[in-house]
Amino acid sequence: MEENRRYLTKLDSEIGDGDHGNNMNRGFQAALERLEGADASTPADVLKAVSMALISKVGGAAGPLYGTAFLRASSALGDKEEVSAEDAAEALEAALGGIKQRGKAEVGDKTIVDALEPAVEAARDAAGEGSVAGVFRSAADAAEAGAESTVELTAKRGRASYLGARAAGHQDPGATSTYMLLDAAARVLEGSS
Amino acid sequence: MVGIVLVSHSKEIADGTADLVLQMAGEVEISAVGGDADGTFGTDPERIEASISGLEADEVLVFMDLGSAVLSAETVLEMLPAEKREKVTLVDAPFVEGAFAAGVTASTGADADECIEAAMEARTEPKLQEG
Repeated sequence: MEENRRYLTKLDSEIGDGDHGNNMNRGFQAALERLEGADASTPADVLKAVSMALISKVGGAAGPLYGTAFLRASSALGDKEEVSAEDAAEALEAALGGIKQRGKAEVGDKTIVDALEPAVEAARDAAGEGSVAGVFRSAADAAEAGAESTVELTAKRGRASYLGARAAGHQDPGATSTYMLLDAAARVLEGSS
Repeated sequence: MVGIVLVSHSKEIADGTADLVLQMAGEVEISAVGGDADGTFGTDPERIEASISGLEADEVLVFMDLGSAVLSAETVLEMLPAEKREKVTLVDAPFVEGAFAAGVTASTGADADECIEAAMEARTEPKLQEG
C-alpha cells in the first residue's frame, strides 16, 4: 500500500475524492502497529485486528467496506490454527459476501466487487489443488483482470456514480486496491512455500 | 426518551444540524459526529460508536448524510453487542429535514417508531406548493 499510495490516489482523483491511496496506506500502517502489540494467536485474530484498524483509520467508504471484509473472513476461519486452501477460499468468499451486503454492489457497478467476485471464483477453483499460495495467486490474477475490466464501466455505486458516463475510461481505485491486497498476500505466501 | 445521533462528512453540518434541532426540541439528547478522525471531511466509525454508546436515551435514531456515512453507521451497528444494537435504528430520511422532524417529535415524548415515521415523511413532504 505504501508503494502504491500515489498510484491509487491518482486513480481516485480522476473519478473520486483523491484520497484512496493515502487512506489505504494509513489503514494498513495502523494494522501493522496494531498487530505488533496484539495478542493474536489464531489467523482469525490477525484478520480481526486488521479489520478494526481499517474500520477506524481508513475513512471514506473503503474503511467500512474492507473492515467488514476482513471481519467476515475472520469469522469464517473461526478458531482454526492452520488455514487450508479450502479455508482460504471460504474466507475470501465470506469477505466478498460482507462487501456486497455492505456496499450493495454487484459485478459491473465499477467497485471492489468487480475484482473480488472473479477472485473468489478463481480461488474456489484453485482450492482443490490444495495450496494456499495457489489460491491467492489465482485470486490475485483474476482480480487483476477484474480491476482492468472496470476501465470501460460506468459507476453505479459510490462517489463516481455521480459522474455518470464521465467515470468511464478510468480504472476503479477500489477494484485496484483489492487486486493489490490479493497480490501482496500471494507474493508473501509464494515466498514462504 | 428517544436520542439522536447525527453523522455527517462535515463537522459544521453535523454541529449545525444539531443546533437547529435543539432550538426546537431543547430537551432531546442529540450527539453530532462530523468529519473523520483527522478532522477532515469523512466519517469516523469509532466516534459514531462512542456517540451511540454515550447517549442515555432508551432508543437511538441515527441520521446519515452521504455514502460512507451510511456504510460507517451500518458497520458500527454490526459490531455493537446485540442488546445495544436492538435499541438503535438507522433512519432512511433526509439528513436535516429528517433529524428536525424526528427531534421535534421526540421532544413531545413520542416513541422511536413515531419519530421515525415523522422523519420518513420529511422525504416526501413538498417544499413548494403547486399553483
